[in-house]
Amino acid sequence: MAGRTATKKRMRGREQSEYFFDYSLLFIVLFLLGFGLVMIYSASSYTAFQDYGDSGQFMKKQLLAIVMGLVAMVAVALVDYHIWSKFYLVEIIVAAVSIVMVKTPLGISSHGATRWFKIPGIGMQVQPAEIAKLCMILFLAYMVCRVGKNVVNLNGLFWMLMPAGIVAVMIWKITNNMSSALIVVAISMLMVFVASPRYKEFIILGLIGCAAAAAIVWFAVYSAGQGNFRLKRIVAWLNPESQAQDTGFQTLQGLYAIGSGGIWGKGLGQSMQKLKFLPESQNDMIFSIICEELGLFGAIAVMAMFIMLIWRMMIIANNASDLYGAMLVVGVIGHIAVQAILNIAVVTNTIPNTGISLPFISYGGTSVMFLLCEIGLVFSVARRIQLKDM
Amino acid sequence: MPYNRVSHRKKILVLFFGLTAVFVLLFVRLVYLMVWQADHYAEQATKLHERERSIKAARGRILDRNGEVLADNKTVCTISVIHNQIEDPEEVVRVLSRELSLPEETVRKRVEKYSAMERVKSNVDKEVGDRIREYDLPGVKVDEDYKRFYPYGELASKVLGFTGGDNQGILGLEVTYDEQLQGNDGMILTVTDAAGIEVERMGERRIEPVAGNDLHISLDRNIQSYATQLAYQAMETKEAEAVSILVMNPQNGEIYAMVNVPEFDLNDPFVLPEGTDPALGAKEQQDLLNNIWRNGCINDTYEPGSTFKIVTAAAGLESGVVTPDSTFSCPGYIIVDDRKIRCHKTSGHGSEDFVHATMNSCNPVFITVGLRLGVERYYEYFEKFGLKKKTGVDLPGEAGTIMHKMEDMGNVELATVSFGQSFQITPIQLLTTASSIINGGNRITPHFGIESIDPAGNVVEIYSYPVTQGIVSEETSATMREMLEMVVKEGGGKNGQVPGYRIGGKTATSQTLPRGTGRYIASFVGFAPADDPQVIALAIVTNPQGVYYGGQVSAPIIRQLFENILPYLGIEEYNQ
Repeated sequence: MAGRTATKKRMRGREQSEYFFDYSLLFIVLFLLGFGLVMIYSASSYTAFQDYGDSGQFMKKQLLAIVMGLVAMVAVALVDYHIWSKFYLVEIIVAAVSIVMVKTPLGISSHGATRWFKIPGIGMQVQPAEIAKLCMILFLAYMVCRVGKNVVNLNGLFWMLMPAGIVAVMIWKITNNMSSALIVVAISMLMVFVASPRYKEFIILGLIGCAAAAAIVWFAVYSAGQGNFRLKRIVAWLNPESQAQDTGFQTLQGLYAIGSGGIWGKGLGQSMQKLKFLPESQNDMIFSIICEELGLFGAIAVMAMFIMLIWRMMIIANNASDLYGAMLVVGVIGHIAVQAILNIAVVTNTIPNTGISLPFISYGGTSVMFLLCEIGLVFSVARRIQLKDM
Repeated sequence: MPYNRVSHRKKILVLFFGLTAVFVLLFVRLVYLMVWQADHYAEQATKLHERERSIKAARGRILDRNGEVLADNKTVCTISVIHNQIEDPEEVVRVLSRELSLPEETVRKRVEKYSAMERVKSNVDKEVGDRIREYDLPGVKVDEDYKRFYPYGELASKVLGFTGGDNQGILGLEVTYDEQLQGNDGMILTVTDAAGIEVERMGERRIEPVAGNDLHISLDRNIQSYATQLAYQAMETKEAEAVSILVMNPQNGEIYAMVNVPEFDLNDPFVLPEGTDPALGAKEQQDLLNNIWRNGCINDTYEPGSTFKIVTAAAGLESGVVTPDSTFSCPGYIIVDDRKIRCHKTSGHGSEDFVHATMNSCNPVFITVGLRLGVERYYEYFEKFGLKKKTGVDLPGEAGTIMHKMEDMGNVELATVSFGQSFQITPIQLLTTASSIINGGNRITPHFGIESIDPAGNVVEIYSYPVTQGIVSEETSATMREMLEMVVKEGGGKNGQVPGYRIGGKTATSQTLPRGTGRYIASFVGFAPADDPQVIALAIVTNPQGVYYGGQVSAPIIRQLFENILPYLGIEEYNQ
């Protein structure tokens, strides 16, 4: 009887998998990647042709990274995600070591900060901050499960947030990359928020954060942005026109692009700002080129895709077969959502300028590869969901 | 592992909605930027993307009262090369150096210079520009442009003035009426990338230039050119430093001619006088040029001397301290306070009435009239006649009157002022005041500008000028005309007589300041017809050699002028 049921189940499995595979999620990710390639080509072809003699320079490199990322995604998806919980110590060590790598001779400086290192042999450049983000998600998901009920007390919070804090400070101080540090902190906070049954503490924490931000802004205005470039950026944020030739330059150029797009946009490929006016147009500022070429509707479509992506992952997280899987997906949600939100907020000058790329769309090999690994994790979690549970 | 499942499921939902809410806020921000702020940013972006090349507007012409063009525009070409577009540099160098008669090295340097656009030569004649255009050489650009052109060269140079490279007036009427003449430059807007490279697909936008308005002035080319001839003649025969002639309608202040010789060539105003030390600094060179460009009739003041007796006489008659029949006695001098002031005729004029005193230009009599008025009343008339203020002529840089302060004026100062010494006015001020006294008492504003007319022929503006009525009574004015006619008929102004015409006038011989250098200024102011003045003229000869009396040096100039221009102006002889 039991054997027959099992056989029956297996037979049904041949016709239709009894495990969940989220086609919508796959479609959304592939759409974002494809859309990103088109926009990278559009935003960079003019500059690429002038600088490298090949208008497809950036798009081709990105395509290679995407293909490698997709392979990694499939591999990760096929592996049982529980295996990662055994390597929690390795994960935190890899995160720390990769950050320190930029200080070795392998480190590469660019834009006044050392944020990359080279993997010897294949010559690939890697941004350790991206590795750290993935590692932190894996590590924290394990920690949340390990502290269990202690998640509400200080002891539990200590074990979850202390390692995350150390890694964040390392990213900030060693690679001089405050935005990535903030993202690591934000991912950790979101994961702890989900793990904890409490609300009040998080609301208070949020209010304290707002107060601190307000104090920093006040201080920046009071000191007129003297000295520190981060304070200068705050002044430029409040009034980009006042710093048009300086700190506010990129922001203002981005606003020109967004504003001149209007409701309907200028049409794909018609951006003027990408003609060397807007620095990093294929990178952190790509959303403003999307706005300029595709208008308000193009921009809404992109934001809607991100919301759908988060929604699909939320479904998976809520149906995950165990807390570890759910927390992994929550970490990935946090990572993608925080980065997309911060990127759009920077581009629209809603917050002060800081270098954050738009997930899946901005040019950047390491970023897209690690994001695809994270999506692989999500698929791996989804695979464990039994359809009858849904 | 159902631990806390419900709790974290709920939290995940909260997280999702929280994140979605943030996206919605960003969406609102985006709508604000892309709908409400779109125009603002789009405009700024367009400004950033467009490189403009201006198309010069044709400057309005200046025409004399008969419609003769005094200032015009000539089409000239600017030849430039665009490094990136040149295909055959050797050919370009060869053609341009031949056509523009420039040394090959000069052209080569321009052609080989790596820049967006390099100017090879500007102000090239249109024919040469057209020829170069016909070669159709890639990378060679021929842009048409306007250049100010003055058909009569030196004529009225200090009145018309000239313009600078940016189509802006630098001197004279070109400055005063700059706004009307200028027009609005057009623009060719080309879209470029951040490095300034043209973006082909965007094409270009043109904003057409609007030509400036024509200015019609009261100057009469014929009178001006004849007066210029006379002035040069007088300057040569008298070996004078400078000669100025002003001709005006005393009824309305329209200036027919304003000559200040030596004049300069308006088509080449930056030429330094021959024999100038080439090592001179820029400032010294500029000073020299400014001296050449000075309009003596307006920018400089002088001691008017006896011509100013017109003012003293008018004030005396108007106040009643003297009548034409009042009799005086001139012993050849007069004692004022402790000072003995001589008459120019040291033996004295003896007994004379006021008319004869004017004809004789008798200093003691005019001093007596001045003293009878007293400082305060004299000063009052001085101001009432408008002598303290500028005339308001429509030329830049009019000099003000240099006069004693009333509280500093004693009888001695009053005495000297009465016969035109110890203070300074401009020639235009003297002529304007004299006009106002003889025209029935209306202080007129001397002027050139009559109207401006747009390129389509519509009148844009008719200029009007203030007139102050009743500075002297009609009776006083009539008496003055009669007395001044007597000056020319039988007195010191005899050389100003024109057969068949009734001429009024007054001579003057004054010293240049500072005194005692033996340099004199001979002047004569004359008007016709004496009973109903239609034209008034002033001739000033600075530092003539030999005879230096106004009656001998300047009156003949006005006579010759009147002989010719009175018939020309249609003023009929009295006996016809």
